Amino acid sequence: MQFMLLFSRQGKLRLQKWYVPLSDKEKKKITRELVQTVLARKPKMCSFLEWRDLKIVYKRYASLYFCCAIEDQDNELITLEIIHRYVELLDKYFGSVCELDIIFNFEKAYFILDEFLLGGEAQETSKKNVLKAIEQADLLQEVRMTCCEQWGEI
Amino acid sequence: MPAVSKGDGMRGLAVFISDIRNCKSKEAEIKRINKELANIRSKFKGDKALDGYSKKKYVCKLLFIFLLGHDIDFGHMEAVNLLSSNKYTEKQIGYLFISVLVNSNSELIRLINNAIKNDLASRNPTFMCLALHCIANVGSREMAEAFAGEIPRILVAGDTMDSVKQSAALCLLRLYKTSPDLVHMGEWTSRVVHLLNDQHMGVVTAAISLITCLSQKNPEEFKTCISLAVSRLSRIVSSASTDLQDYTYYFVPAPWLSVKLLRLLQCYPPPEDGAVKGRLVECLETILNKAQEPPKSKKVQHSNAKNAILFEAISLIIHYDSEPNLLVRACNQLGQFLQHRETNLRYLALESMCTLASSEFSHEAVKTHIETVINALKTERDVSVRQRAADLLYAMCDRSNAKQIVAEMLSYLETADYSIREEIVLKVAILAEKYAVDYSWYVDTILNLIRIAGDYVSEEVWYRVIQIVINRDDVQGYAAKTVFEALQAPACHENMVKVGGYILGEFGNLIAGDPRSSPLVQFNLLHSKFHLCSVPTRALLLSAYIKFINLFPETKSTIQEVLRSDSQIRNSDVELQQRAVEYLKLSSIASTDVLATVLEEMPPFPERESSILAKLKKKKGPGAVSVSELEDGKKEAGSEINGGGGAESAAAASNASTPSPSADLLGLRSGAAGIGSATGAGSLLVDVFSESGTAATASSGTDENFLSSTPSSALGSEDPAPALPESDELLHKFVCKNNGVLFENHLLQIGIKSEYRQNLGRMYLFFGNKTSMQFIGFSTTVTCPGELQSQLNIQTKPVEPLVEGGAQVQQVLNIECLSDFTEAPLLNIRFRYGGTLQNITLKLPITINKFFQPTEMASQDFFQRWKQLSQPQQEAQKIFKATHPMDSEVLKGKLLGLGTALLENVDPNPENFVCAGVIQTKALQVGCLLRLEPNAQAQMYRLTLRSSKESVSKRLCELVAEQF
Repeated sequence: MQFMLLFSRQGKLRLQKWYVPLSDKEKKKITRELVQTVLARKPKMCSFLEWRDLKIVYKRYASLYFCCAIEDQDNELITLEIIHRYVELLDKYFGSVCELDIIFNFEKAYFILDEFLLGGEAQETSKKNVLKAIEQADLLQEVRMTCCEQWGEI
Repeated sequence: MPAVSKGDGMRGLAVFISDIRNCKSKEAEIKRINKELANIRSKFKGDKALDGYSKKKYVCKLLFIFLLGHDIDFGHMEAVNLLSSNKYTEKQIGYLFISVLVNSNSELIRLINNAIKNDLASRNPTFMCLALHCIANVGSREMAEAFAGEIPRILVAGDTMDSVKQSAALCLLRLYKTSPDLVHMGEWTSRVVHLLNDQHMGVVTAAISLITCLSQKNPEEFKTCISLAVSRLSRIVSSASTDLQDYTYYFVPAPWLSVKLLRLLQCYPPPEDGAVKGRLVECLETILNKAQEPPKSKKVQHSNAKNAILFEAISLIIHYDSEPNLLVRACNQLGQFLQHRETNLRYLALESMCTLASSEFSHEAVKTHIETVINALKTERDVSVRQRAADLLYAMCDRSNAKQIVAEMLSYLETADYSIREEIVLKVAILAEKYAVDYSWYVDTILNLIRIAGDYVSEEVWYRVIQIVINRDDVQGYAAKTVFEALQAPACHENMVKVGGYILGEFGNLIAGDPRSSPLVQFNLLHSKFHLCSVPTRALLLSAYIKFINLFPETKSTIQEVLRSDSQIRNSDVELQQRAVEYLKLSSIASTDVLATVLEEMPPFPERESSILAKLKKKKGPGAVSVSELEDGKKEAGSEINGGGGAESAAAASNASTPSPSADLLGLRSGAAGIGSATGAGSLLVDVFSESGTAATASSGTDENFLSSTPSSALGSEDPAPALPESDELLHKFVCKNNGVLFENHLLQIGIKSEYRQNLGRMYLFFGNKTSMQFIGFSTTVTCPGELQSQLNIQTKPVEPLVEGGAQVQQVLNIECLSDFTEAPLLNIRFRYGGTLQNITLKLPITINKFFQPTEMASQDFFQRWKQLSQPQQEAQKIFKATHPMDSEVLKGKLLGLGTALLENVDPNPENFVCAGVIQTKALQVGCLLRLEPNAQAQMYRLTLRSSKESVSKRLCELVAEQF
């Protein structure tokens, strides 16, 4: 996989993960182009399209589009299920996930993705194992931050 | 308060994100962000040391701001500090920031690498994983250098935790992709391969991606993976859906791993070991069988996972291309999918069948689905699916079904999406040619193409039909008759007029016996289209007319009358005017014999690969290639009808687009003579320029032009636009500098970099497409007008005719100054953007001062030379008003930029500037002295130039005076 983008129906980018080195300018350009292309497609259309020399696999969940770019020899259907498994992971972690969870806890969305996919390849496909890794980290979180927040500091 | 709940880590961050979300406008958002940035900056700079939590929070805010699309240029150091925190979440945020905002500052990289090294050595698996994730996310060369040696050891060590192994495997994969030279598996190879046997499915899933990539590059070393992969696959395929616990996905056992295993096997030919092969075939059969079983779940995830494995298995079967039984079964399975209610499956089935069509075992089986595919082409609602259907029809086409498929594609063309019309046109043209048994069918098909989709018929297509007609005398009469009929339509496409003009000009005599298509009727028909056509087509028609005079002497007076009319002979277009004048003269002075020789019928074109095929291959990969591969084996002698064009045909066929002379039109077949008369120079010079893409050559008949898809021929016919009015100003901008942006409009940006040494120079032109759409037929031409031709020699190679949206192409000019010069060379740029031709001419900023060698000299020498150059014509002087502030440092900079030496302590008045230099040309050197006297009060300058040559003094004076 070359990259994964999450964006809203309004075209706002919610998460971007790049597995190939690209300049910031190029990333912005690709994002703009793809968001436009995908949003322009009608609901019943097929989830795959050719784009430049890549294959785009996308799926919409509620207000969010999940969009992956894969290479010629990669498998479209299994990529569709990679998207679904990621959604399941988010859902399980946040408890019926919605777009707001991803906006406010974007760092968590990245951490979960890193446990699931690394370097653009599936690292661990077991839902249990991925969540175990993330929850372990959460247990390591300190209690002390609550007292800091009481000072109202931003 | 209890421990934090999930995701509720940083309240300040949440407040900030809410604030941003509440911003009503982009401006408000930017304002809020700037406020936050200022706050964070002051916190980072403040005297009070920040605790880890605050640092984490601010770093996280910066990250959020960056992900919103704003630039972040600080905070890296604080993020690096977080890496060495022993609190997991702080470390985690630090690593996330580093992974997203990769920085190339070397000091920072050293610190990051240090922190990673510590974490890798910590033996704490969560810390190790964080470090490995960071390496995998960044994947830079520096990281490869630092860690490529260490990670394989972690990967295979017996005491490494499973989760760390998984991260290590994919981390290594990423490093191998960026820096393959730094990753050496060597002694670890066999242990890495044996990870396929690992008990932990997650480890296998991760490791197999690494193994697949390594196998592609070093198949021999990793060969042992074949049998391991087959046995692993076999165990998964035969397992019950519950055996693999959490690795079962919607009742499908380990779909990701299965797909990866099948993918790995595609790096190799079928297993040599009979037992292994038998086991694998069994697996593949089981997978095909399972596709027929009723689904274990109604969920789409179940069928997707199952079919993902099935499609990958079919890919492997096609890759082996050796098991007829499996190939046919695969084809039947795909055939079922062609009518599945899931659009995704129909799409994939069409795509996969395309490759099956190229196998000799399954080609026939694929063909049985022709009706379904045709139906898909007609009824699918999604254009990307229709596109796949068109690809498949193209791939399954052979002699037996060509007529049907071509007819279907033609009728589809009438309603096809604009985005794919051009491709369909190319495909139809290729199939029609390839499978033409009788050429009248071929001619009909191409004329239909022009009728239905004339706008999408590229030059190559109509060139090709003319080549074929000229090479086959059995079709010439039919072609003339058909094209004559087609031209009778009240509104016919210009491409039809082109083909019509050409064919009737050559073979009109074959139908002239019929009074309904007598010579005069033919001529009147053609001429009735004349005024509606563009210049290139009119030029072609004029050539057809002169051919008529030869074919049908009775039309001579009518045609001469037309040629003689003011609208021809005084046409504002030089090409048309020249043709009219020359043809008129030729027809009146040449004897019938001479006329017959000059206007003889075109000779056959030499055989060559179809340029249309080349174009399609370039445009599209798989479909085009598979057909040609398939056909390589089956070619029949008779099917190779036609040739391509050689030099002479190029000259003739490009007559429409040749702005140069008429020589080539007349069938004298001398490309070189044509160029010669155009440039009016000796042949040596012509040779030099024939590489250089000057006006004479860009359009001349170098033997590629006709066939190659260089669109210069497609566009070359319109005359270059006159230089833009502002081009002088643009030129003056570059007198004192060598690099910068020469020109910019809403479509195009042209940047320049140049360097000069003695009388030679090299200039790099960068053409940037500022739009998101392609520039088509992009071509550039450099010309040296008038006497500049003998003063300056510029060589270059043509640029790629296609400039992608956002892309930049580069062109290098090699410049030689032969003697001093005054005019600037012209740069003409042409391309199509969204259908309209852009035609821009600029002056290239190559000015005489570029060839200056600075000369240092003492005061005494300077004045001695100054006196030697005291004849009036050796001096040029100008007094002018300052247009820029009179800053002496700026003045110095500009004078140095001019290329001369700035001489200190020469002029008694310290306010004045004195310079000296020698202009280097091939023919001679010209010493120049310059004196610039600013008058700050009056805001005026007096500029004096002296050199041994009048023209040089004058030109330099003009150029320099524009600079201040």
